[in-house]
Amino acid sequence: MTDTAAASAASETHGGTMRFPANRPLRLDSGAKLAPLEIAYNTYGRLNAERSNAVLVCHALTGDQHVASVQPTTGKPGWWERMVGPDKPLDPERHFIICSNVIGGCMGSTGPATIDPKTERPYGLAFPVITIADMVRAQAMLVEALGVDTLFAVIGGSMGGMQVLQWASDYPAKVFSAICIAGAARHSAQNIAFHEVGRQAIMADPDWRGGDYEQAGVRPEKGLAVARMAAHITYLSEAALQRKFGRELQSDGLSWGFDADFQVESYLRHQGASFVDRFDANSYLYITRAMDYFDLAAKREGALAEAFMGSRGVKFCVLSFSSDWLYPTTESRDVVRALNAAGCRASFAEIESDKGHDAFLLDEPQLDATLRGFLSAQAQARGLA
Amino acid sequence: MTEVREDFREILRLVRPGARLLDVGCGEGELLDLLVREKQVDGQGLEISQAGVSACLAKGLAVVQGDGDRDLDDFPTGAFDYAILSKTLQQMRDPAHVLSQLLRIAEQAVVSVPNFGHWRVRWALVTTGRMPETRALPEPWWSTPNIHLCTLRDFIELCRELDLRIDACAALSGGMPARPIDPEHPWENWRSETGLFLLSRRNAAPRAPAPVDLLGDVIAPIEPAPRKRRRA
Repeated sequence: MTDTAAASAASETHGGTMRFPANRPLRLDSGAKLAPLEIAYNTYGRLNAERSNAVLVCHALTGDQHVASVQPTTGKPGWWERMVGPDKPLDPERHFIICSNVIGGCMGSTGPATIDPKTERPYGLAFPVITIADMVRAQAMLVEALGVDTLFAVIGGSMGGMQVLQWASDYPAKVFSAICIAGAARHSAQNIAFHEVGRQAIMADPDWRGGDYEQAGVRPEKGLAVARMAAHITYLSEAALQRKFGRELQSDGLSWGFDADFQVESYLRHQGASFVDRFDANSYLYITRAMDYFDLAAKREGALAEAFMGSRGVKFCVLSFSSDWLYPTTESRDVVRALNAAGCRASFAEIESDKGHDAFLLDEPQLDATLRGFLSAQAQARGLA
Repeated sequence: MTEVREDFREILRLVRPGARLLDVGCGEGELLDLLVREKQVDGQGLEISQAGVSACLAKGLAVVQGDGDRDLDDFPTGAFDYAILSKTLQQMRDPAHVLSQLLRIAEQAVVSVPNFGHWRVRWALVTTGRMPETRALPEPWWSTPNIHLCTLRDFIELCRELDLRIDACAALSGGMPARPIDPEHPWENWRSETGLFLLSRRNAAPRAPAPVDLLGDVIAPIEPAPRKRRRA
């Protein structure tokens, strides 16, 4: 494997792609193998001499490896700069922070837009269906290749939180502490239902072309935008939408037509339109599917505690938001209950917020304070402080 | 340890080193932190307030945000050696259920309750004819969180009904050193401001006494006397 690391302006920030050759395939839950494999990643800070300060940040459905550096397509700041950076809870001065694009993604890791070596054309729907466990298995290959045996922390929100739980379940010896924010141990019927709406919107777009849109030189932008609009509503709360937009109009009066009269309509249209510039429709299908298939208790006859029987050495921190109806507090409580039943020491807090699911990405001082407290205590236990 | 609260000091004495322990209503984790440092317990807290939870996390304590009235049901049977409930049983919606849950999830429970039979309380009620406001129960009736007050005798009676055994008992009065007592003694229901009980299920095997027991004394388990109405 080779590492094509390219140092960015800040000398401590590196971006690169880890390549695993055909003789080191990624074995997928479906039985298929993925090879060769590429994992696009960023790192911030330096691995210390004891190799004890590595933190893996797991991104959510539409996130990427640019957790704390400019997203090259949009030119916007990293998606979690308020959590990762100098004097932030995760600080490159103290931590070696790794964030990789999930497999199936569209920011450089192997996904449906990658060229299939068999056909020398983009995989499209020939890309195998992947799972959260597959994503984590790929991350484990990356982490090992970076010379890290044990991660001081694995942290993520939403789908990132699912990866955190999968890490703690599959690689407990490699995880010192696990922080799952606004996550769940399985996708609920409602979660699957919303994802299905998004997928149907994409596949109903004539430009989707059975997934082979790239060769046709088109993109299912309308379908993907609608998928994003529907999903975006689920990331907010009724209170947040009302506070932000109410019934405010775009201009002085009603148009008596179907233009975006209301500010909330205009906002959603903008969300959809800007999303298609940075995200691939097939990746959206594959990653939402991986989330839908996620159920840590499935292979254990529904007993979630069984998933954590080997995880007693891991320090868990589970956080939810009071207004999150997509991954509600009850889901996090189920995780905590299972951790308790498995004899794991877990901390749990429900953070008061009216910002809905997306609160983990937004300005929530209570979240920062809670994470700072947990991380500094763990750092002390790990001998990092 | 001069600044350690007397009830904390008692609990510290009662708990075996290295035990698995749940502190229900752990607040900002002062007791739990003390137990982890002094007794190396494997501790877990349960706390309802966000501020308390954050403070515990910053101390490195494992804490679950939750409500003792509702969330004890989520802990598995026999998960802990001790469950601690300090001066909050009288604030629970269903004290009998909470007590039963404590002794389902833990082998022993350390429970302290303010004694409504204390002479100051009785005196205040008799002389003023109004709900007593005392050192141990300072709030007026309309703002007190204490919705299920009891006397020592009431508490002993409830333990009997729930088939719980009192392994040890100490009286606490206004920061004075704890005093091992026979809670059945009629005088104690007059003069103990707060009772601190070490409880176990009656059918549980008697435990070896803690290495250092209350005030260094070894106290034999106290079997509640057979049902008999005593005036006190």
